[in-house]
Amino acid sequence: MSEIADTPSPTVPEGVAGTGLDLRSLGQVLYLGGIGVAALGVLLWLLAQWNEGGAGEAVDPATGTITLSLGGEPPQLDSTRGTDAVSFNILGHTMEGLLRYNAENRLVGGVAQDWEIGDTTATFWLRPEARWSNGEPITAHDFVFSWRKVLDPRNASEYAFILYGLKNAEAVNRGEMPLEELGVYAVDDRTLEVHLERPVPYFDKLVAFATYNPINETFYESREGRYAADAEDLLYNGPFTIASWVHGASIRLEKNPQYWDAERIRLNAIDYAYFTTDSNAIINLFKDNKTALAGLVAENLDDALQRRWKIKRFSDGAVFFMEFNHREDRLTRNYHLRKAIQAVNDSPELVYRIIKLPGNLPGASLFPVWLKGVDGYFRQEYPLADPPPDDEAGRRHLALAIDELGLDGPPTLVMLIGDSPTAKKQAEYYQNLYKQKLGIDIKIDAQIFKQRLAKMTAGDFDLVMAGWGPDYDDPMTFADLFASWNENNRGRFDNPELDEAVDVARSSSDPKTRMDAMAQVQQILYDEAAIVVNYERGSVYVSHPRLKGIVRRAVGTDPDYTGAWIE
Amino acid sequence: MFLYTIKRLIQGIVTVWFIATATFFAMHGVPGDPLMNDKAVLPEIRANLEARYGLDKPIAAQYWIYLKNMASGDFGISFTQQNREVNDIIREHFKVSATLGILAIVFAAFGGILWGALTALYRNRMPDIVIMFLVILGISVPGFVFAALGQLSVVEINDWLGFTLFPVAGWGTVQHMIVPSMVLGLGTMAFLTRLMRSSMLEIANSDFIRTARSKGLPVTRILRKHQLRNAILPVITVLGPSIAAITTGGFVVELVFAIPGLGRYFVQAVQQSDYTVIMGTTVFYGAFLVFMVIVVDVIYGFVDPRVRLE
Amino acid sequence: MAEGTLSWERVRVEREVETVSRPSLSYWQDAWIRLKANRRALISLYLVVALLVFTVLGPFVWTVDPAAQDLDQISVPPGADRTATVAEDYRPWRGVSATPIEGSGVPVAPATVTVADQPTTNAVRLHWDPVAGAGGYRVYRNRFDPEPDGALGLPIAEILSPANVSFEDRLDLKAETYFYSVVALDGSGRESASYTTVTADVTRVITAREAAAKGLIENATDVSAGDTVKMAFHPLGTDYLGRDMLARLMHGARVSLFIGIVAPFFFVIIGILYGSAAGFMGGRADQVLMRFADFVVALPFLLFMILLRILFNVESGDSGIGPMLVAMVLLSWPAAARLVRGQILQIREEGYIGASRLLGAKTNYLVLRHMIPNTMGVILVTLTFAVPSAIFTEAFLSFIGMGVAPPTPSWGSMCNEGLKTMLTTPHELIAPAAFISITVLAFNLLGDGLRDALDARMRATE
Repeated sequence: MSEIADTPSPTVPEGVAGTGLDLRSLGQVLYLGGIGVAALGVLLWLLAQWNEGGAGEAVDPATGTITLSLGGEPPQLDSTRGTDAVSFNILGHTMEGLLRYNAENRLVGGVAQDWEIGDTTATFWLRPEARWSNGEPITAHDFVFSWRKVLDPRNASEYAFILYGLKNAEAVNRGEMPLEELGVYAVDDRTLEVHLERPVPYFDKLVAFATYNPINETFYESREGRYAADAEDLLYNGPFTIASWVHGASIRLEKNPQYWDAERIRLNAIDYAYFTTDSNAIINLFKDNKTALAGLVAENLDDALQRRWKIKRFSDGAVFFMEFNHREDRLTRNYHLRKAIQAVNDSPELVYRIIKLPGNLPGASLFPVWLKGVDGYFRQEYPLADPPPDDEAGRRHLALAIDELGLDGPPTLVMLIGDSPTAKKQAEYYQNLYKQKLGIDIKIDAQIFKQRLAKMTAGDFDLVMAGWGPDYDDPMTFADLFASWNENNRGRFDNPELDEAVDVARSSSDPKTRMDAMAQVQQILYDEAAIVVNYERGSVYVSHPRLKGIVRRAVGTDPDYTGAWIE
Repeated sequence: MFLYTIKRLIQGIVTVWFIATATFFAMHGVPGDPLMNDKAVLPEIRANLEARYGLDKPIAAQYWIYLKNMASGDFGISFTQQNREVNDIIREHFKVSATLGILAIVFAAFGGILWGALTALYRNRMPDIVIMFLVILGISVPGFVFAALGQLSVVEINDWLGFTLFPVAGWGTVQHMIVPSMVLGLGTMAFLTRLMRSSMLEIANSDFIRTARSKGLPVTRILRKHQLRNAILPVITVLGPSIAAITTGGFVVELVFAIPGLGRYFVQAVQQSDYTVIMGTTVFYGAFLVFMVIVVDVIYGFVDPRVRLE
Repeated sequence: MAEGTLSWERVRVEREVETVSRPSLSYWQDAWIRLKANRRALISLYLVVALLVFTVLGPFVWTVDPAAQDLDQISVPPGADRTATVAEDYRPWRGVSATPIEGSGVPVAPATVTVADQPTTNAVRLHWDPVAGAGGYRVYRNRFDPEPDGALGLPIAEILSPANVSFEDRLDLKAETYFYSVVALDGSGRESASYTTVTADVTRVITAREAAAKGLIENATDVSAGDTVKMAFHPLGTDYLGRDMLARLMHGARVSLFIGIVAPFFFVIIGILYGSAAGFMGGRADQVLMRFADFVVALPFLLFMILLRILFNVESGDSGIGPMLVAMVLLSWPAAARLVRGQILQIREEGYIGASRLLGAKTNYLVLRHMIPNTMGVILVTLTFAVPSAIFTEAFLSFIGMGVAPPTPSWGSMCNEGLKTMLTTPHELIAPAAFISITVLAFNLLGDGLRDALDARMRATE
């Protein structure tokens, strides 16, 4: 805006034309304006020819198409290398693994017709009618190929760890054993046999994860390194295929006629016409009937109520917590300091006054309420006593901590956070809370995504606001997070008892023993104040009244439109 | 003249090299790298990833490789869009940003000249006061506030009409382009209006207009043949720098209206430390601006021989 | 030359006829007179002074801590009702349980839904009759009547156990009437079509302990349940964490104006040093120096602002003002340097410089006595026009999430926060946006005025 410098001088004397103006001179201006408008029209037309895109209404019953927005563009769609939610969502609509979740969130057969999971082996019998989108049948070799690809060190798959239940998987992944040693074999075209390293009672839930998807070897090789880079570089076996992929702008899915269960699919096309994470833009699109689904944020709830929208809620399964740095040289290694912070923590206040969005739940345990235990819900079977905030206890612990650490007074701590507005808002709340209740000064260190990760990995923080989302539907997806060997344990919490409990939970196949061990993990994390759990994330959303059958879930494809239809 | 052009081009290339170097080292000075992700990976896998992208080499070697590739017009492959070439990304997204920018500048120039002329003609009367008040708003309100208000009013207009006159967000058709480019051009339009107004008033007071009037020429003819023509000149001169401001100022509008432009892409790439995209975008924009300046200078050189001597 | 060591005696001539009728004016005096004559510029000048007073003295007058959070008054617009009733301390509620009733088919709506206790902003407690065959319940809350179209509002809770027939709502309760609807769910979580609605008139409450802690009353024992107290006063309302808007605007002004004024100040100083050095040395040195300045000018400004802002922000706990300032100065000085150099080159050719040289003036003297003072006018104008653009840059960086670090307020970041609640609580956007606009406008008009007043060319023609 520095050009403003060339602005008029107010000392210009009264002009000639300025004093006397008749309608004709106005007409002149308008005449020139008319020419301008015409020229503008031509320019617009030319520019429109140059660009492409444009999308229809949110729901089009005539063509069976729905239009939606997507949080961003998938980096690529190679299931062995995917890591982000957007990729997994598209893969969930275009690919199918051995098993899948149905509308009631139960596991049902996908490519596998039947399966049997034992202590050290698992066998899957594939459907003869399952086909790739080029008409070729899907065989057990397709699974062997893709699973080996995941663990091939040269492929550098970030989700390789999710296959570590397979025999020799970790050694193969480290490059210590050849790929052929991996415990997966095609007995014949229809039979897939898996050898497990240890009992994995939840192996059926694991194979529903996208990293376990099959890949057609011939096709993969034929793309010469461009596999899954574009719509035509992929072979599909799921309900939809990608009909067009305009980078940075849109992705259009169309019903896959080769899909074995094509009758189940009632939508003809899904048009992801907008890539944006801006909640205001998405809600405005929804108001304008241009997207069939929109997530609401706390700031828009009043507007939504006024518009009398039917609002729905769901939990996305993730848990958010304050992680302490347990490294040697850190103040937060002190037990009492952590306990002090835990004692004054008030999750309900955070959720009810600051986050203000229904669907979020005050957190207490690393294990969210929706996890299943032995028979029912884990948290109902193993409740965690979480007393209300106790400022007195907090100050007592703080005094002990100051004493033990030989400090002069309450310490100053660095809190590492991401750069999202939500993270900043919560950090400001905590900064004020700890100052008020304990006199602890918090320095907020807001960093962009990769820098925050770099600092977390290097241990350059005292507290870090972090979260964890489930990969599969078993408490194990949370339980091993703070094991001393876990690379994602960024605070380096190191507790032999916890490690042992994790080992028990990992190696046993008895549900009761496993859940008891998980409960032990839950208790240790609380007693040691390894982390302070803040909230379990959920959200509310609105969808087009004529679009039915959308499934929202914590684990698996979310939102899932494969079973949706237009009424 | 030929020598002058060659000299300017060489200078331009050196400038682009400087931009590239500054970007390279600024970016590598930032902690964190594109290979870090939510899930931590085994050191062995990390090493493989580094080798795949050549990040295992010493920084000087990376710089050299990077310069060599850049010289052959290859910016490499994006880290986040793992199978896309940066060249493709720039081509696809710059097209959008350029469209937005061109339209914005057309709106700004068109509106600025029209409103500027009107305010000068109606000096100190109602239209002048109203327009100048809007101009003041246009100059002093931050762009992102306008963008958000613009989007909101589109929602309200469509609501009221009962059909979609202008889409709320997205890109592709003429309707998609109009509101974002108007919002983007608003600040420049306000500035041009002020410039046009003062220029009109200045001209109105000049000798040749006085002469024309005393000759008895009709007011409309004076206005069209003399006043407007001469008043537009200063407006056209400042359009050049405005283009630069608008093309890089597209970030906000692209973010708010979910437009797949290069600016929005750059912000995402910075968040993700996507080295190749950051480098490519900065160097491309830098080179684009440098090139524009050279073109303008060379054209001036043809018009005005004095420039060549300097 | 009135006094000195000249050894000869001055000839004294008295010529009354030629007395100057107007007092001789220095450049600055003249400029000031001309500025005073320009009404718009003068008003802008007063505005700028007022803004500075607001920023510097404001916090001494309005001593509210800008970081203090009043969680009972979040996003409250100015002039809202502040009365609250004193209530007992909040105690967790154990809820109501019932034996699930077996049933077949689709569950119906609960026969009755009851509001237990007095509904307050601390908690609204509901319980209802168990429904035959229900697998759980979902509770909705609306600010409007769900009739006639069954818009139940916010799904405030999901109860997964049929034994639990109660719910305590504590989510962002305001003193208004809520419509609560309870819907039964079947075994697989599907909602039944019917619902039962109950209304709750929520009263705003505060516990005596909280009131005392907030300084609204002297002692917690001064009041008993049922008394009313006035909540803290916020003349411009509060923001999303219940912080006082006025205090935040004052402290935000410190950041925004600091960046807006100090950054241009620094880059202009660097520009003067660099530009005058280049302009005066001339020749090869000038070419090299100016070529380097050209390089920096060619860096795409906003792109590099973002890069440098991140590069410098490696220290934890930094407010982020420093990095932003450094980035801005690093990218902006060449423009000022070019300008100064141009001026110096021009002045160097002026007759009075030649005259001064003839009189034996040294280079240092020429630069300090003639060149820099004569470029001051241009520099001052540049400085004034640089303020709005620096303020806009700060606001832009805040918008893309790379502004100052929380909890430091700045007008830009406040605007950005306000945007999100634009529809429900517009005061959070209007106030900071108005401050940005007024400041930008004031500095622009002042710059116009200064340029006219300092323009030596115009002075000559007058």
